[in-house]
Amino acid sequence: MRSLRLRSNIDNLLTYGLVIIAYIVMRILITSGNISSSLQGQLVPITAYIVMAVSLNLTVGVLGELSLGHAGFMSVGAFSGVITATLLTDTIPMTWLRLALALLIGGLIAGIFGFLIGIPVLRLQGDYLAIVTLAFGEIIKNVMNTIYLGYDANGIRISMESANALQLAEDGKVILNGPMGAIGITKLSTFNAGFVLILITLFIVLNLINSRSGRAIKAVRDDKIAAESVGISSWRYRMMAFVTSATLAGAAGALYALNYTTVVARKFDFNTSILVLVFVVLGGMGNIRGSIIAATVLTVLPEVLRAFNEVRMLVYAVILILVMLVRNNLTLRQLFQKIGIKRRNSLANNKEGDDS
Amino acid sequence: MTFLSYLISGISLGSIYAIIALGYTMVYGIAKMLNFAHGDVIMVGGYMSFIAMINFGWPPLLAVLFAIVVCTVLGILIEQLAYKPLRSAPPLAVLITAIGVSYFLQNAALLIFSANPKSYSSVIPFDALRLFNGQLVISGTTIVTIIVCIVIIIALNTIVNKTKIGKAMRAVSEDKDAAQLMGISVNKTISVTFAIGSALAAVAGVLLCSAYPILMPTTGAMPGIKAFTAAVFGGIGSIPGAFLGGILLGIIEILGKAYISTQLSDAIVFAVLIIILLVKPTGLLGKKVLVKV
Repeated sequence: MRSLRLRSNIDNLLTYGLVIIAYIVMRILITSGNISSSLQGQLVPITAYIVMAVSLNLTVGVLGELSLGHAGFMSVGAFSGVITATLLTDTIPMTWLRLALALLIGGLIAGIFGFLIGIPVLRLQGDYLAIVTLAFGEIIKNVMNTIYLGYDANGIRISMESANALQLAEDGKVILNGPMGAIGITKLSTFNAGFVLILITLFIVLNLINSRSGRAIKAVRDDKIAAESVGISSWRYRMMAFVTSATLAGAAGALYALNYTTVVARKFDFNTSILVLVFVVLGGMGNIRGSIIAATVLTVLPEVLRAFNEVRMLVYAVILILVMLVRNNLTLRQLFQKIGIKRRNSLANNKEGDDS
Repeated sequence: MTFLSYLISGISLGSIYAIIALGYTMVYGIAKMLNFAHGDVIMVGGYMSFIAMINFGWPPLLAVLFAIVVCTVLGILIEQLAYKPLRSAPPLAVLITAIGVSYFLQNAALLIFSANPKSYSSVIPFDALRLFNGQLVISGTTIVTIIVCIVIIIALNTIVNKTKIGKAMRAVSEDKDAAQLMGISVNKTISVTFAIGSALAAVAGVLLCSAYPILMPTTGAMPGIKAFTAAVFGGIGSIPGAFLGGILLGIIEILGKAYISTQLSDAIVFAVLIIILLVKPTGLLGKKVLVKV
């Protein structure tokens, strides 16, 4: 037990170290001007996607349930974060505090949604659970597309019909404009803020995984009935993982949205959920460091592939298929094992291999 | 009367969903995988029939056949190249590969046919049917879609329940290893299932484009997701379930659009799905699996 704990501690330190070193390297590159402007524009989205991937890994890898609607929580967080930031423009002049509050509120509201959605979702299992999360993701996208919200001196107004139906006073401002999405956002997100959010996420997720609750969550994943028979409330721990995951996704959504001047609900659709899922599976289920690396590499990859011009997304698809084929090829796996490249975090990998 | 006409167009849309859902459900039942590339095979079917009619100048029926042949070959090819090597891999790895195939098909179509939407001319030459002094108009496409769907359901049911390959399919879906021991070629059976599923996707593609005549590389994506929903709705793995789920989904979508809200129609469809799954967690006609401790 002690050696296990020591190993997981070293493992966690490695993860933190990786993020911090990557951050320092990027900072140096930015100050010395050795970074292309397109990559620099990608920095905040990369940090948001890393948080998304780590949080989804909590659901998919640690809790062991496939979620196909993670972008829905990102959406909730994004829009509530934008609303918070806009409403607080006059009250709080410090941008960093406004951003922090926006991320906090975005996360909290997404967490509340996670709890409400979790009540029906967690009653199901396997593919049926997956399809219901997909359904919730689509519903959130659809509803967000029809909300109009604005504010003036008299307060906040909401409508489902049109921006004119808000009947705002002269000084009023529309924040959500239905299918046009959130408009007129003040860009608050910075690479530094993204970095801090990643560290907070890692702190929450890694501590949860290595805590008593985390072990309970994994016990429920491995065998629900056996876990319940020794007195672990499966509902409670499944909900704990699901809500934490949703909360972090919400914060990531707020960070992502506050990096642009406009954000539409369509951005957080099924494809985004799938994209994040690809990060998690490629990085290794339950492997937090893997999620971080996969999210970074796969977000940068299309940029790097610009040399291929038109065929870049085609190349991306081929790489994705080839990686999956190579990773799951038995002969190659045995070959790697023979020459001694054993992957660490064997616990997570064993679980993946046993699934079939 | 308007209600009746909405109902009929709902059944027609539902028939298309049902045909796509059949492909999902058969592949799931036998290979236990969610084939997310299925929706994009629909799109390929649409483009193939389009090319055959416009560029080659072939008659519609020949164009449909061409689309079916191309999609069947494509389906077998995808299965052999991408899914067969992953037979013993964890389900999520197969899922991600399927997503990779889906990206591949969409982007290949984007390169070949460009992102500009093509306007598709219906393959169905019949005139609309007018009933009750023209108060109720049913288009030829609607009638043909419903008939084709019924024919397909009957044919599939016969294949699965009456033929030797159908027996093999049922055996493989029940227990892969036991089927192998009985001398059934599991790989061949899975390939045949993929071939049938892809052929159905081609038919669905032609019907979908005839009813909603805009053809784009992303045409298949949303109907694909909805048909997948329909398959789960009816109980995934069950052929009558896919039919029932597809039809119901189509009706709910059209009625929701007509009477509640155009923008929220998708949300309504998915909300109904959630409610159904909460009441019957394995779908309408799904088998209840007991877990032994």
